[in-house]
Amino acid sequence: MKELVRLFLAVLVVAFGLMYAVSALNKSQGYSGANTLTVYNWGDYIDPALISEFEKETGIKVIYQTFDSNEAMMTKIAQGGTTFDVSIPSEYAISKMKADNLLLPLDHAKLPNLKYIDPRYLDLDFDPGNAYSIPYFWGTVGIVYNPELVGDLKFDSWQDLWDPSLKNNILLVDSAREVIGMGLNSLGYSLNDRNEDHLQEALRKLKTLTPNVKALVGDEIKMLLANEEAAVGLVWSGDASEIMDENDKLDYVIPKEGSNLWFDNMVIPKTARNIEGAHRFINFMLDPKHAARNAEYVGYATPNAEAMKYLPEEIASDERFYPKPEITDKLEVYANLGKKMLSHYNELFLEFKMHKK
Amino acid sequence: MTNRARNVYLVPYLLWMALFIVIPIALIVYDSFFDVEGQFTLGNYGKFLTPIYLRMTASSIWYALLITVFSLLVAYPAAYALTRMKHKQLWLLLLILPSWVNLLLKVYAFLGIFGTYGFVNGVLETLGIGRHQILFTDFSFVFVSVYIFIPFMILPIYNALEDLSPSLVFAARDLGASAWTTFRRVVFPLTLDGVKAGCQAVFIPALSLFMITRLVAGNRVITLGTAIEQHFLVTQDWGMGAAIAVFLILAMVVIMIVTGKRQKGGAR
Repeated sequence: MKELVRLFLAVLVVAFGLMYAVSALNKSQGYSGANTLTVYNWGDYIDPALISEFEKETGIKVIYQTFDSNEAMMTKIAQGGTTFDVSIPSEYAISKMKADNLLLPLDHAKLPNLKYIDPRYLDLDFDPGNAYSIPYFWGTVGIVYNPELVGDLKFDSWQDLWDPSLKNNILLVDSAREVIGMGLNSLGYSLNDRNEDHLQEALRKLKTLTPNVKALVGDEIKMLLANEEAAVGLVWSGDASEIMDENDKLDYVIPKEGSNLWFDNMVIPKTARNIEGAHRFINFMLDPKHAARNAEYVGYATPNAEAMKYLPEEIASDERFYPKPEITDKLEVYANLGKKMLSHYNELFLEFKMHKK
Repeated sequence: MTNRARNVYLVPYLLWMALFIVIPIALIVYDSFFDVEGQFTLGNYGKFLTPIYLRMTASSIWYALLITVFSLLVAYPAAYALTRMKHKQLWLLLLILPSWVNLLLKVYAFLGIFGTYGFVNGVLETLGIGRHQILFTDFSFVFVSVYIFIPFMILPIYNALEDLSPSLVFAARDLGASAWTTFRRVVFPLTLDGVKAGCQAVFIPALSLFMITRLVAGNRVITLGTAIEQHFLVTQDWGMGAAIAVFLILAMVVIMIVTGKRQKGGAR
C-alpha cells in the first residue's frame, strides 16, 4: 500500500513538474495565449514547411493538432475544452456546424488573398457568400482500378462496375452517401435525389452489384487496393492519389454520368481565442505560392486559380485530379439532406449491405 | 466488522454502479423514445420490427451462436489440458497474453495474414492448393472472433476445473466408470457453471460485434452492433441506435435469467 501511494505521488510530482516546465519554456520564448495559434486539421494535410514559414513571418507560434473524422472534430469543438483557432471541416460538416452555432463569421477585409480563389468554388450552397468558410482543397469520388486486371474496361461509365468479369473484385468505401450516390448517378439521377421511387430504383440496381462486391471497408481501402486485394475500388480522389503513390500501376477515373464534388474548408470555430491570427493564417494559406506548394505536398486539388500557375505542369494538367469542364459540370456537391433523409439513405445502405450474394 | 463500516465500504461501488451503469442505461432507454427531430415517438421500436432489423437480429444471433459454439469446442479441451500441465500458471499466462494486445491491432493483423497475397495464401500456394479468398468471408469472421473471445471462455472453465476435487475423478474411476463416462457424468456436470459463465462472456458481446464485421468480414456480415454504430456516428439517429441497444440489453437479461434458472435446478 505504501509503495502504491509513493508511486502515485511520484507520478503526480512528475506531471506537475512537466506542466511547469512547459509553461516556463513558453514564457521564456514569449509565447502566450495571444500569440499562439492552434490549428486543428486532418492528419498529414499541410506542408509542415509552410507552418514554420508562417511562424517566422508573423511571430505566432502554431500548435498543430489533427483529427481523423469530421464527427470527432465536431464533438471536440462542441465540447470547447481546447481553444482551436482554425479548423478544416468538409462541406457537409460546415452546414451542421453552422446550424449548431459552432463557427465564427469571417472578416473578408482581412483576407485580401481570397480574390485568387476560382469563383467556381465560391458562394456554394453549404455556405452562401463564404460567410464562414474558405475552400482549402477539393476533390471528387471516382474509381481506382488496375488496368492489368480488368481487361478492356475503362470505367468512363459507372455501368462498367456491373460487368460480370469483375465478380468479387470491387471494394467500396463504407459510406452511405457515396454508395447510394453512385447508384443514383449510374441511373442518371442526382446524388441528392429525395424521390422515393428513384431511391428504391437505385437500391434495386445496387443489389444487382453485390456479386461483384468483395467488401465494403473504411480507411483500410487504401492499403487493400495498393496491395491489389481487389482490382477496382470506389474511393475519394484524395485517397486515390495516396493509393497511386503506393502502387503506380493503378489509375483513377471519374465516370461521365457525374459524381460527387467535395470541399475541405478553412473555418474559425467558436473556440477560437486568436481570431486576428486565424485570419492571418487563412490569408497566408491563400497566397498562390503557398497554396501551390501545399497542393504539391498534399496531392489534393487546390481551388486557388492563381496557384495553378505555380504548380508543376504534370500536376496542373493531370485531368484525373483537375478534370476538364465537361466532367466538372456534371459534378455535384452533397446537399444537406436533413437528418430524416440522411437516416433514410443509411437505412437503404444497410439494406444493400445485407443483400446476400 | 460492523454493519455501518461495511456500508461505508460499499459507497464507492454503489456510486460507480449508479454513475456508469444505472444512469447510462436509463439515458439509453430515454433516448430510444425520441426520433431524429427530438419528438417523442414509439416509432423506433416499430421500425425495429420491420424485416430489415429482424433479419439483422436473426443473423446477429446466428453468428454469435457459431462463435460461442466454436469457442467452447476449442476452449474446453484446452482448459482441461491446462489443468494437467506442469507449469499451469505459465501456460495460462501464454493463453491470456494476446488479450494484452489492443483488439484493433490484432484484427488489423488478420488483414495481412488472410489477404490474397498474405501469409496463409502463400502457404496454400506452396502446398499446391492455390490462392483462395479467405478475407471477407464468413469463415474468416468466425475464426477471428473465436480467436478474440477464447481467453474469456477458457478462464471460467479453467477455474471450474481447478475447483473440481481430483478425488471425485479417482472415485469414479475406482467404481469402474470409463474415462468417457467419468467425463460425461462427473467432470462436465460439475464444471457446467464455468461453461455457462464462459458462454455468457462470449455470446453477449458477440451479439454486438461491429469492428470485426467491417475489417475482417468487409461488411458482408451485418450485426446489430454495426447498425448501432451507424446510427450513433453517421446518421446521428440516436433514438434508433438506442432502441436497438435496449433490445440487446433485454436479450442479455433474458439470457442471464434462462442460464441462471438451469443452474439451480440442474448441477447443484
